[in-house]
Amino acid sequence: MNLLSLVFVNLFRNPLRTLLTMASIAVALFLFCALGGVLDTLGDAVKFGSESRLATRNAISLVFPMPLSYRDKIAAVPGIRRIAVQNWFGGRDPVNPHEFFAQFAVDPENFFPMYRNELKIVAGSPPQAEVALPADLDPKLAAFMAEQTGCVVNDELLRRMKWTLGQTIHLDGTIYPGSWPFTIRAVFHSATPSFGGNTMLFHFKYLEQNGMGGHGFAGVYKLELENPDHAADIARQVDALFENSSAATHTETERAFAAGFVSMYGNIPFVLRLIGLAVVFAILLVAANTMVMAVRERTSEVGVLKTLGFADGTVFTIVLLEAAVITLGGGILGSVGAKLLIDRSHFNAGGALPPMTVHWSSVRAGIVVAAVIGAASGLIPAWQSARLRIVDALRRVD
Amino acid sequence: MAIPISYNLRNLFQRPVSTLTTMVGFGLTVMIFIGALALASGFKAALKKSGSPDNAIVVRKGADSEISSGLSREATDIIRGGPEVATTPDGHGLTSADVVVLTNQPRLGQPGYSNLTVRGIDPSSLALRDQVRITDGRMFAPGSDEIIVGRRIAPRFAHCALGDKMRFGPRDFTVVGHFEAAGSSFESEVWGDNAVLMPVFRGEVFESVTFRMKDPGRFEQVRKTLEADPRLGVDVHRESDWYTQQAGVLATVIGIMGFFITLIMAVGAVFGAMNTMFAAVGSRTREIAVLQILGFSPFSVMVSFMIESLFLALMGGALGCLMALPINGIVTSTTNFTSFSEVAFAFRITWVGIAIGLIFAAGMGLAGGFLPSLAAASRPLAKSVREL
Repeated sequence: MNLLSLVFVNLFRNPLRTLLTMASIAVALFLFCALGGVLDTLGDAVKFGSESRLATRNAISLVFPMPLSYRDKIAAVPGIRRIAVQNWFGGRDPVNPHEFFAQFAVDPENFFPMYRNELKIVAGSPPQAEVALPADLDPKLAAFMAEQTGCVVNDELLRRMKWTLGQTIHLDGTIYPGSWPFTIRAVFHSATPSFGGNTMLFHFKYLEQNGMGGHGFAGVYKLELENPDHAADIARQVDALFENSSAATHTETERAFAAGFVSMYGNIPFVLRLIGLAVVFAILLVAANTMVMAVRERTSEVGVLKTLGFADGTVFTIVLLEAAVITLGGGILGSVGAKLLIDRSHFNAGGALPPMTVHWSSVRAGIVVAAVIGAASGLIPAWQSARLRIVDALRRVD
Repeated sequence: MAIPISYNLRNLFQRPVSTLTTMVGFGLTVMIFIGALALASGFKAALKKSGSPDNAIVVRKGADSEISSGLSREATDIIRGGPEVATTPDGHGLTSADVVVLTNQPRLGQPGYSNLTVRGIDPSSLALRDQVRITDGRMFAPGSDEIIVGRRIAPRFAHCALGDKMRFGPRDFTVVGHFEAAGSSFESEVWGDNAVLMPVFRGEVFESVTFRMKDPGRFEQVRKTLEADPRLGVDVHRESDWYTQQAGVLATVIGIMGFFITLIMAVGAVFGAMNTMFAAVGSRTREIAVLQILGFSPFSVMVSFMIESLFLALMGGALGCLMALPINGIVTSTTNFTSFSEVAFAFRITWVGIAIGLIFAAGMGLAGGFLPSLAAASRPLAKSVREL
């Protein structure tokens, strides 16, 4: 008979208690990993941006647009391969007013080639007429390119809003007043959910002609560079162009631009970490309580083991192993469960966050936490039973 | 006949370690629960206090926040000259046409930038927002490039101390005062003179007009008249409703997150309580048998154990309330994605929150105590006695 079978016999001596403790540890580590997942998801949003692209916005804040005439001036800066326009629309679907999603007006002939690796066109309406498409544009976009009120929708969003390809939807503009019709002409899939997920894209021309009163304005310019090593230099050159104009610009890498959004969450990540800590402490108590109870009712057994010749160290190991099996078992169940469940649920807090994912690193952190809890909760009872003198152990009857 | 409650109380103190750990487990859950409620209610309160039911706010039709609004000078003149606008005794209209913009400013104390709301107001209309008081320095001088900063946001952004210069577009503005506004979201804003701020930002555009109504009871008529005016193209909201609605999305997200986190923690705490109560029942087989022999019915035994579990949970709940109390009043901040700007607000623990927390604890106690109590009551007497 080896040590491990002794441990297992002990575990099954009160199966309900073992089960309850494991379950509460599993539940707590599920929560721990879910909170870690929120932080992971926010971190992903930062990582999406490419270091080889730049984003130019108005220096005051994103809310202020820049004249469309900047486009050609920026494009003339050496080292810029391509420039695309992106403008926030801020529309709301009156059919589902509580479903939030992003709409951007873009110039498709530049925008889609720039994001060819991030946005994969998965479906498109058949074109009404033969259109000559630029070579670097996906042929499935033909119908969209031919129709100014056409739009391209993310596949997840399409499913969530129960739209179909070819359907015409109406959005109420919050910034550009009125009811705007759009016809869904293509569907895209986002390679990374933090970019393009929950998003609808449409023709910038449509917005310019119907919403801007003839004055062309752009919210953000996206710049694709020939050589990413020159990013900082080019950003400086672009901003220098408009330094003394009425709309000064701020140019940064797309990654820094994305990081700006995450820093807007302010103290929330800190609060989540704090809650994670409280959760860990709470389960530590549950586990410690169980181990103390489990060992206390076995005092005389420990005496018997020692009488039979088990060394103090062996008794110590048996109790510690028991705690480890309970906490690690529960921990692995909860952590891996969180990964599987949350990744599959695509939970996005009503559109406020990108779809949640839990990284394996968070799962690993959860399992490490479980191991530490196992050690911490088992240590005192293990030490007590190792120290116990046989006479005391056998004298106590209850 | 019921078993005396003192029996249960004494039992709880018989096993102090186990009672204490279970209590703290309950306590932490209730603490997080109350904390989430306090976060949501603090945020809602900050926005709710910004609006008064006596005021009306006018924005462009369809705008869901002031930054997505825009009103021409003609439109604002028509609104401000309307017959429903209340006046001060000296004949001044109680109204302000505001320039509201977001500026991206570096944070203090944590890395990154965030959006800070800058509001240009009519300097003559401070009476409209009577909750505003200067706490430090002085009011900005009309027509000057001076600004005042809300008390809650001042420690969170760079360049907000008295005498600092803050740059908006091409111009520098000097901070001359800090103000409080009864804890409302105005304390998260920077205020200056609208006539000076307007040309710095968008040019001839106002974002909203707010006015005190002569008769707040006639709001519906005021709204219909203005919204029907073809020269305007506006939506009219009661100011209190407008700001409550600004809290909408974020308050919902906090609510969902809080509920989700607490629910999971509650499941864990209930399992822990079941463990403790099963142990309590298991170690008292003899006592239970004696109680039954004395004539207590199995039902009273069950009720007695349920009460014990309830006590345990309520003590934990009370502990949780105590642990949560220090967070009351702590100021935190995040971006309100409706207005796209940073809002600083204080955790706000309410009596309702505490009551809900205790009820929640009681619920967890009953859920955790039910099965062990049932086990205690349904144990056959003969079997227990034989083991004596």
